[in-house]
Amino acid sequence: MPAARFRPSHVIAALRANLTSDGSADSIVPPSGHTAWLTTFTAGAMAFLAVFALALALASGRLAERWSDALERTATVRLSAPQDQIDLQIQAVLNVLQTTPGIASARALTTDEQRALLAPWFGPDLPVDTLPLPRLIEVNEDSSGYDSEGLRQRLAAEAPGAVLDDHTRWRKPLAIAAQRLRLLGFLSIALITGATAAMITLAASAALAANAGVIKVLRLVGARDGYIAAAFVRRFTLRALAGALGGTAAGMIAVSILPAADEAGGFLTGLGFQGWGWLMPLTLPPLAGIVAYFATRAAAHRTLTELT
Amino acid sequence: MIAFEGVSYGYDGGNLLSDINLRLAAGSFHFLTGPSGAGKSTFLKLCYAELLPKSGRVTILDKIATSMSRDDIAFARRRIGVVHQDCQFLDHLPVDENIVLPLTVSGQFAEPRDLRELMDWVSLAPLARAYPPQLSGGERQRAALARAVIMGPDVILADEPTGNLDWDMSLRLLTLLMELNRMGKTVLVATHDMNLIRQAKAQVAARVLRISGRRIQLAGADL
Repeated sequence: MPAARFRPSHVIAALRANLTSDGSADSIVPPSGHTAWLTTFTAGAMAFLAVFALALALASGRLAERWSDALERTATVRLSAPQDQIDLQIQAVLNVLQTTPGIASARALTTDEQRALLAPWFGPDLPVDTLPLPRLIEVNEDSSGYDSEGLRQRLAAEAPGAVLDDHTRWRKPLAIAAQRLRLLGFLSIALITGATAAMITLAASAALAANAGVIKVLRLVGARDGYIAAAFVRRFTLRALAGALGGTAAGMIAVSILPAADEAGGFLTGLGFQGWGWLMPLTLPPLAGIVAYFATRAAAHRTLTELT
Repeated sequence: MIAFEGVSYGYDGGNLLSDINLRLAAGSFHFLTGPSGAGKSTFLKLCYAELLPKSGRVTILDKIATSMSRDDIAFARRRIGVVHQDCQFLDHLPVDENIVLPLTVSGQFAEPRDLRELMDWVSLAPLARAYPPQLSGGERQRAALARAVIMGPDVILADEPTGNLDWDMSLRLLTLLMELNRMGKTVLVATHDMNLIRQAKAQVAARVLRISGRRIQLAGADL
């Protein structure tokens, strides 16, 4: 017999059947006291943490894209030359760049712009004019790209003091770091999901074991395992769902009141959601419900088999 | 209804019951007697598949117990009402909800009039909304009997149902069991109360089985 294929519609149908049908089973299982609050609290806390992990993953994703986009299409020519030849060599470099296929534009940074670049390290009053600093030429490539090796050779011939820096050396580690940070965020969500499943399994197993007497009575009067399991599954799923809703709401509020990236200018302050990203945390409560459903279902069937 | 063929069962390696051959016919009334620890409760548990035989074959409502799925066992128990000496209830539910439990778990509902009649039959109508811990021993036994019969089962199994009751209450419970038998139900009562057995034999065609030496035999005239 072929194995049944996994279909989301089957999961939804099973969830709906377990969560809506035959609510009489709810009253048959006695209120389980502290396990109820523990499940709700655990789901809430985990959802709260998951919101931050999600924010981290999305923010690092944005960062990786921003760095890649910003650096991928640009390059810099660093030109060191005697003061009396600097303007000539700048012009020579610009001529080379303007005649190189794949380069959209090129321009020499002004002394003010260079001063601004160095200001974070040396302060705003740096006398750039009097220092033997190399001049920088910003290069923007077009979508077709250019032959960096060929350009280096041409620059070496036309302006010996010019060095092409296409950012590859430090762009890759930055992009990799950002991607790993994003991976870490998603890994955190996976771990949180696993931990939630484990804790709900423990709570459900404890509730089932504590209700061994109730289960014995239910079996005696002809209750099927599915009926008994459904009562516990429904209860724990709804608790997890309620807890996750609260935790997600709290997490989203907390993220929304973090300082905006452009106010403080740092990566950490850019932790948050943008645009459609605000919809992503809304997937956490259903995810918690699905995790609770399957965790409790597995625990219930295992415990019911052991209680035979 | 229930048949045993060469059935043995035991705990910790030893046999408590050995080579049991017995058939509980539809509409029959049996007493099962024997000393404490002889295996009366074990025998009853084999009758409703709470236990499965180590060897031999138990047939419950035309199905072989060892071949029944867990759902099959659940469905069979809806046709077998069980009353225990230490009858257990769901203490967080009132008595009437405990009594309708077999209907509830099978997705059915009790007609209020039928439930009221049943509660009257076991004289528990005034205690319908009481909780099980508030009931006396006799009231608990009658509630358990009402729960056992609410599904209209084919078989009633009672394990020392009068163990905690005084004589008057025991007779009352016996009367209820005999009424059920007259309605065509198969009844098996495990008890070591010989007076109860003698009282019943005077009113109903009951057979008495005795567990002795790990076997079940038909009791003789010494009763």
